[in-house]
Amino acid sequence: VTAGADDARRRGSISRTGLGLRLAWRNLWRNPRRTVLTVAAVAFATMILVFMVALQRGGYAAMIESAVGVFTGHIQLQAEGYHDEPRLEKTLADAGALAERVAAVPGVEAVTSRAESYALVSSPSRTYGAAIVGIEPESEPALSTIPRSVREGRFLASPTATEAVVGRTLARNLSLSLGEELTLLGQGRDGTLAVATLEVVGIFESGSPDLDRSMVEIPLRTFQDTFAMGDRAHSIVVRTTDLSRVDDVARAVAASVAGSDGVAVLTWDQLLEGLKQGITLDATVGWFLYTVLVFVVTFSILNTFLMAVLERTREFGVLLALGTRAGFLGSVVMAESLLLLLLGLAVGLGLGIGVSGLAGHYGIAFASSEELLAQWNLPARIYPRLDLFSLTVGPLAVLAVTTLAALFPLVRVRRLRPVDAMKAA
Amino acid sequence: MATWALISRLAWRNVLRNRRRSAIILVAIAAGLWSMLFFAAFTRGWSEDVSRHAVATLTGHVQVHAPDYLRDPSVDHAMPAPEGALRGVLDGEAVAAWASRVRVPAVVMSERETAGVTLVGIDPKREQGLSFVADAVREGRNLEGAADPGILIGRKLAERLETGLGKRVVVMSQAADHSVVDRGYPVVGIYAADRSSTEMAFVFVGRDAAQGSLGLGDRVSEVAVALRDPSGLDAFVERARTAAAGLDVQPWTALEPMAEAMVALGQAWIWMFYFVMYIAMAFGLVNTLLMAVLERTRELGLLQALGMRPRLIVRQVLVESSVLLSAGVLAGALLAGATLALLRDGIDLSALAEGAEMWGMSKVIYPTLGAGDVVAAIAFIVVLGALASLYPALRAARKVPVEAITRG
Repeated sequence: VTAGADDARRRGSISRTGLGLRLAWRNLWRNPRRTVLTVAAVAFATMILVFMVALQRGGYAAMIESAVGVFTGHIQLQAEGYHDEPRLEKTLADAGALAERVAAVPGVEAVTSRAESYALVSSPSRTYGAAIVGIEPESEPALSTIPRSVREGRFLASPTATEAVVGRTLARNLSLSLGEELTLLGQGRDGTLAVATLEVVGIFESGSPDLDRSMVEIPLRTFQDTFAMGDRAHSIVVRTTDLSRVDDVARAVAASVAGSDGVAVLTWDQLLEGLKQGITLDATVGWFLYTVLVFVVTFSILNTFLMAVLERTREFGVLLALGTRAGFLGSVVMAESLLLLLLGLAVGLGLGIGVSGLAGHYGIAFASSEELLAQWNLPARIYPRLDLFSLTVGPLAVLAVTTLAALFPLVRVRRLRPVDAMKAA
Repeated sequence: MATWALISRLAWRNVLRNRRRSAIILVAIAAGLWSMLFFAAFTRGWSEDVSRHAVATLTGHVQVHAPDYLRDPSVDHAMPAPEGALRGVLDGEAVAAWASRVRVPAVVMSERETAGVTLVGIDPKREQGLSFVADAVREGRNLEGAADPGILIGRKLAERLETGLGKRVVVMSQAADHSVVDRGYPVVGIYAADRSSTEMAFVFVGRDAAQGSLGLGDRVSEVAVALRDPSGLDAFVERARTAAAGLDVQPWTALEPMAEAMVALGQAWIWMFYFVMYIAMAFGLVNTLLMAVLERTRELGLLQALGMRPRLIVRQVLVESSVLLSAGVLAGALLAGATLALLRDGIDLSALAEGAEMWGMSKVIYPTLGAGDVVAAIAFIVVLGALASLYPALRAARKVPVEAITRG
């Protein structure tokens, strides 16, 4: 056999592929109505998946960002066991030095120290229980949105002043207004009575109903003096430059404080376990719905694949009788199905990007109750987030499942016998 | 009538003509309906749980307060125990149970820890059929009467306070004369609730004990009412408002706006999912019917040439579509029924309990299928499905007989 024959065979195979594709494309438009309906079904499923996944990711990001941003921060250093059982005596010794070390870790954007206790707070006419939080007025604004959400008066300014900012609901419950005095009564670290009289300089509205109802912020120094804490703190709060890199930064932070005993490094998902679990739960329900949607759409279009083979039994019989190989016929049918699917995916992806883009521009208001949204840490509008994940995961799932469905009629082509097939109706 | 019989027979035969094709679209419809019903049951189970929880925790169906209590829930805004006309309404036919309570913010202290809570003074007998506390005690005993000197605390709070049965806790609160009073109570019982936030929020003492220590005399903070028939809510609120002149009467829907909002949100989700599923199915249905019609072009032309009116052809295709739809709906409904029967012990979410709590769910969700949701889902599929089939049906009837027959 000569090189020329090889060459001819290669050319033959190339043109066969071309022929197959051309045949497949023409077959598609033999029945344009069916093709359009099938493409539309695939496009619809793809669009819904792209949009919904983008919406979920946008929603989750907003939830995490706002929950973490209000107060919690990306990473916290605490005394071992403080997170499970927050007690006044579980402190970080020499918090200032510890914070300095943490601030030097690459990827750390801002650091602040806090102390926290529960105490009785009294206005001239009312008494309530509240969480008293000692914060550092200079560094706190980089870690929490509360300093920016002071609606009346101002945030704490001096590190040693005997002043306080109070949550809106708590202030209302205490019938407390700006400039009035607040008395704090609690228990110090050494078991003695902790008493302080503070001037209310600001009233904040954080957007978190819990914090607005129960929190008083005072300067950390004042807290340490009142509760006999020395230079101890309960948590060192860290903001990283990028939320997605939190785990790496947390490891580096842990390494930087490895010398200190009894220090636990916790990331936001450990600190806000409810939020993490809530997202997991919502995502699970979402995956269930998407699976069903893909399943139903697949069965919706399965008939197209099936009919494309059934209605051409005779034609295939003739082709087989003329010497066309069953494998080639199978490839043509498969190419037909894949073209159909890819067309649907492309249209669906385009629509999904369009809809998500539009919604991403205007935002989606999906519940009328702002209180409800606040409880879920959701802003009034949710912006779908188109990223590599939301753009690929839905279309790939649709492609994988529907391709499996397209294989099903192929079995029939392989089994065709020319004579019987030609006799078919 | 005879035409209907004929048409139905023709339609039925056409469905059976290509069994595989019919079976495939049937699976799509059945799976679609199954998922619609399952999702509706899950969402309904969630939103009913939210409202049941809102009502049964302490709110009841209706509450009566002094005018400013809801804005400022302090000891200052107490009211006399119900009497006269209001008492008459409360003791009337419509009410299943009612109770008056003292309810004020307080601080509870054990030897080791301090926590902010709501102190609720109750008459335990009257809470039966009204609030969860009537049978929530897991350790120790319930309060024995309005004068019981003990305190009931939540399981989670007991852990936080490191206290337990038989130990004493001190409750500090503001008294009617604005002084801060503290009083020690022995822990006689520890209760459990669906949600840990409830266990942290409320401590219960005898109403008389609370009134005594707070200097309230026999004044109370609130009256909570459970109705025999919750659908008579609005009418009852009207009557109570007339009877309780000068007091603030509110239905639970106003007291728990979040629950109301969650129920509305759940309903919206159900509709959205119905719609998406319907579209996914409709494409397949139209496509399948269209194939069935187009491959019969000749036959349909012949029927027309023989004198069958186009209207009957349309009807025949619609019946064909209804047969497919009904079979799919039946299969889907049976499947959904079986699934829900399997899940009648509830879907256990305790692995994600804190997350469930964030969405207002309990640890176990009981899927609940409302008759309305079933009817809506089926009507949605059948009516809109028939509507979608109009296109293939009209196409089938459009062909001019001669052209249809002569065409290959």
